[in-house]
Amino acid sequence: MANTQSMCTSFLGQLLSAGHNFASNNVARTINTADTFKAALYVTTATLNASTTTYSSTNEVTGTNYTAGGVTVTNATNPTSTNTSTTAGVGYWTPSASIVFSNVTLSTAFDTMLLYNSSQSNAAVAVYTFGSQTITAGNFTLTMPSNTSTTALVRLQTT
Amino acid sequence: MALITTTKGDMDDSLLEHKTGQIDNDIEFTTWDEYYLDGELVHRSAHVILKQSPFTALEAATLG
Repeated sequence: MANTQSMCTSFLGQLLSAGHNFASNNVARTINTADTFKAALYVTTATLNASTTTYSSTNEVTGTNYTAGGVTVTNATNPTSTNTSTTAGVGYWTPSASIVFSNVTLSTAFDTMLLYNSSQSNAAVAVYTFGSQTITAGNFTLTMPSNTSTTALVRLQTT
Repeated sequence: MALITTTKGDMDDSLLEHKTGQIDNDIEFTTWDEYYLDGELVHRSAHVILKQSPFTALEAATLG
């Protein structure tokens, strides 16, 4: 078994029915409170992938100072959209701060972070994988990529 | 001198053996710090910088 980095397919369908709000000034729906997004860590033997639909504690890491469900993602920057040509464009969003798990001990190897929407029944957004890690009385920090049209953490683009 | 959080409480780093490592590929740049006391791992931190994320391509169907 293995985790696979991917957008969650269910997330794509939910976008078409306004199932997620990343923005604090959602002009389309006049909803001016963004949903709360969280990040949870999963062990290397889990099988998160595009078919993941919701957060689950199954195969989530456990350990000192780690709370099931993970941590809340800092979201101070609204999504951005831009045209890349006359026929293509991209919408993108990135958390506005690093995701930090402080002073934890996570003895079972983990390699995956699930981004999910805790305001909307824990609906999954995307699965992110990295090299296998363990943490001993230390910090695990995920620094976000630059919030640009080509590197942002969540990107939806036409080609 | 610096204090390091360890499984045995905060310890002066001069008492510990320090090892570091890194991964650098298309997906991530990751570094880690390990501290050992008499061969026992007492602290390990890791810092992952995500370089690449999955993206979803959207397409409008051709009519006609």
